[in-house]
Amino acid sequence: MKTRVYVTLKNGVLDPQGKAIHHALEGLGFKGVNDVRAGKLIELDLADGVGDDEVEAMCRKLLANTVIENFRIEREAAETRA
Amino acid sequence: MNSAVIVFPGSNCDRDLAVALEQVTGRKPAMVWHRDSELPAGLDLIAVPGGFSYGDYLRSGAMAARSPVMGAVRAAAERGVAVLGICNGFQILTEAGLLPGALMRNAGLNFVCRDVPLKVENSQTAFTSRYEAGETVTIPVAHHDGNYQADRDTLDRLEGEGRIAFRYADEVNGSARSIAGIVSEAGNVLGMMPHPERMVEPAHGGTDGRRLFEGLLEAVG
Repeated sequence: MKTRVYVTLKNGVLDPQGKAIHHALEGLGFKGVNDVRAGKLIELDLADGVGDDEVEAMCRKLLANTVIENFRIEREAAETRA
Repeated sequence: MNSAVIVFPGSNCDRDLAVALEQVTGRKPAMVWHRDSELPAGLDLIAVPGGFSYGDYLRSGAMAARSPVMGAVRAAAERGVAVLGICNGFQILTEAGLLPGALMRNAGLNFVCRDVPLKVENSQTAFTSRYEAGETVTIPVAHHDGNYQADRDTLDRLEGEGRIAFRYADEVNGSARSIAGIVSEAGNVLGMMPHPERMVEPAHGGTDGRRLFEGLLEAVG
């Protein structure tokens, strides 16, 4: 089962990479970009039966550093699998 | 002083650190591979070196912090064995939870590689006894992710408990409160971004780093 983990910097944590992207977008002439925050998308292909608790443990133990990052788990419903 | 240097795939300051330790202590450190789950008996110091362990995948130090040897490092730290993490070693110790906070991408986004002036904040630790509090020393940095961040309560606690060992005297990487090195609550774990092992003999351009190892030798025997 495909599971996506989105890892983003917590609010208030300075994101130099996001700032650089923001600056580059402005340099390309794109107007109206108020802010940019960069994060990570981690896709997990999990065996059936791996529970939400276990995915959350994976996030807390490794995938995100909860000192500076938040995570959001998005699980693909089993019935939508091809 | 019996010491060990932990070696991860991608460590690149392990040998310089071993040379510095041998010069100062007169004994060769044990080089311990990250897959080992036990450390040699009778260690006085465990050194976690700089480099790019696991290619900095996921986050700097994230993978190394979960490697088998770190369980033994954590157990030794809890028994009071001195643990010194330099650069990637500092990142690994924060990722392992042995030190608070996190090291993020430098605020200026550039890799910074140069000698920097450091202010010694606390000369009462096992690592800094050969320095004077308030003294400015010169030690090189070489890092991309040295921007120390923690929440305000943690920063206040570090300051209040005298756990900031070194601060950058000039702006280097955006670190909160210019933190360059901190010690653990018990005081036996030091993490620092600058590289004292690169400043141990006159040919390096200075010997300010040597005093850290000399102080350790004095403190832990």
